[in-house]
Amino acid sequence: MREEYSRKMVEVTTTNLLREQDTDKQPVLDVRNLGIDFGGLTAVDGFTMSIGPTEISGLIGPNGAGKTTIFNLLTSVYQPTRGSILLNGVDTKGMTTAKVNRLGIARTFQNIRLFSEMTALDNVKVGMHNSIKCSFLSSLLRLPPYYKAERGANERAMELLDFMGLTDVANVKAGALPYGVQRRLEIVRALATNPSIVLLDEPAAGMNPSETAELMHQIRRIRDTFQIAIFLIEHDMNLVMNVCEAIMVVNYGRVIAKGTPDQIKQDPAVIEAYLGRKDG
Amino acid sequence: MMGMRLQNIWQKNKTNLLTYGTVIVAFIVLQLLASQDMLSNSTRGYLVPICAYIVMAVSLNLVVGVSGELSLGHAGFMGVGAFVGVVISGSLRGVVESDALRLVLSMVGGGLMAGVAGVIIGVPVLRLRGDYLAIVTLAFGEILKNIIGNIYIGKDATGLHFAMSAGGVSLDEGGTMLLKGPMGATGIEKISSFTAGFLLILFTLFVVLNLINSKEGRAIKAIRDNRIAAECVGIHVTAFKLKAFVVASVLAGMAGALFAQNYSAITADKFDFTNSINILVFVVLGGMGNILGSVISATVLYLLPELLRGLQDFRMILYAVVLIVVMLCTWSPQVKGKMQVARMWLGKQKDKIFRKGAADHA
Repeated sequence: MREEYSRKMVEVTTTNLLREQDTDKQPVLDVRNLGIDFGGLTAVDGFTMSIGPTEISGLIGPNGAGKTTIFNLLTSVYQPTRGSILLNGVDTKGMTTAKVNRLGIARTFQNIRLFSEMTALDNVKVGMHNSIKCSFLSSLLRLPPYYKAERGANERAMELLDFMGLTDVANVKAGALPYGVQRRLEIVRALATNPSIVLLDEPAAGMNPSETAELMHQIRRIRDTFQIAIFLIEHDMNLVMNVCEAIMVVNYGRVIAKGTPDQIKQDPAVIEAYLGRKDG
Repeated sequence: MMGMRLQNIWQKNKTNLLTYGTVIVAFIVLQLLASQDMLSNSTRGYLVPICAYIVMAVSLNLVVGVSGELSLGHAGFMGVGAFVGVVISGSLRGVVESDALRLVLSMVGGGLMAGVAGVIIGVPVLRLRGDYLAIVTLAFGEILKNIIGNIYIGKDATGLHFAMSAGGVSLDEGGTMLLKGPMGATGIEKISSFTAGFLLILFTLFVVLNLINSKEGRAIKAIRDNRIAAECVGIHVTAFKLKAFVVASVLAGMAGALFAQNYSAITADKFDFTNSINILVFVVLGGMGNILGSVISATVLYLLPELLRGLQDFRMILYAVVLIVVMLCTWSPQVKGKMQVARMWLGKQKDKIFRKGAADHA
């Protein structure tokens, strides 16, 4: 567990926007023609995309466009009606949310879902659950493997908290933390599961401009440090246009545009979806 | 940072040590009193049942407080443990000479069978949530009680005989009935002791506290706090709910075996819904997830109706009143606020008197 972590902690200095190193690699997420119906309502249809191993991409669209539904499909909270999801080359069809997480996808939630009665440190340690190697029996009987595993888990959890500047609140109950801190703690907990891609559902919601600026910096730092892909939903256009290398726009459950931030800003379909059509 | 972490570990251990310490000190004091012949006969009679109910409360707290699932059938598992325990120690009578060893074997056997019942019930039931889970556990608790109330087991030279009807068991000469259906078990040897109860409490605390402070315990609490988030960090929800439920069932079964062998006769009716509710009251009053709280409230609330026996018909009314008052004082924000004010006022008065006294001295 420790080696794996240090391997991932390689500092990368590149800040180039288009990830050339990703082009000939297997995408971390390869989605084909994904769709889901709720009764007669088609919430998402024909959703196709692929994300490179270290790409930061964004998903935008008006309210009710199906963005969070897409996240729920990717994490197997919902099972798709049509289409396929390949996560690191593995088809996730029929898998449970927990299984999909173990295969490398972690997420945060639009309405924060922390373990509010537990400390920030314990929240992160819950995230590390599957990498703590210690049998039920050694936990119950407090055998040496328990102490070794707990010590390792504590150290790594503190490192992760430190990474997002949360060292000071390690022993505070998660439910008692300020909103912005809770959002950051959710990201730490997602990172603790050792994912190859993190989905952030409106990470800047409820943050003030300076917190948002700090968040933009942190999102880039997460990608550079852990060498993972990030896929985010966000309404703050400043954040999306500055951080994302690729953007997808959805409306009524369908992709209406894809491209770099500059292409998206010019796209007539996007402008229409957000602002409406010019008369005449 | 290091200091803070150590402090955190110390804080956790301090609560645990306090729990162990309270139980050990209480045991030593009671043993001393008993050796000086200062305990009345009736008090001595309460000791083993209190131990059994402390174990029941602590194990139910694992399900209700830590895992956050309302289970209303906990007494059913106690019943399984009680009757399996009675059968085991009854059939080992004359084979295993040592009473203590027979008691241990019956508790282990009773615990394991209750654990099996816990798995059988837990697998379908723990997929439900909230009210539904509560209702179904209630039903299963009653089913367990009714099953054990209809089992006839007899022992003779050829071995154990089992039947589901009174005429089903025909025994050789010299054989004895161990379980007689609705009549329950009679002729039980009273091999339970306060020391055994004390050791069972320590074992229970050891298992439950270790479980709570491990990765399994964190997973169980995480599911309680937010099921979807727990799934999204790779935790298999049903598996961990089941772990907590089965561990609690095993402990309840062990408590049942201890409890039953404190009496010469016992019937399945003892382990009904009312009993489950009583145990739940111990847990709620002691505080959800608060293990020491369960230990104390089980003791006090078990003794209270017994101590109020002198008041005859009024005792259950008084018991209810005490229960309501304690609940208000510990859980209602308004009452808690008023108590805070009262405490501050008392503090001020004490300060005044103290300062006056100091001034007088000067």
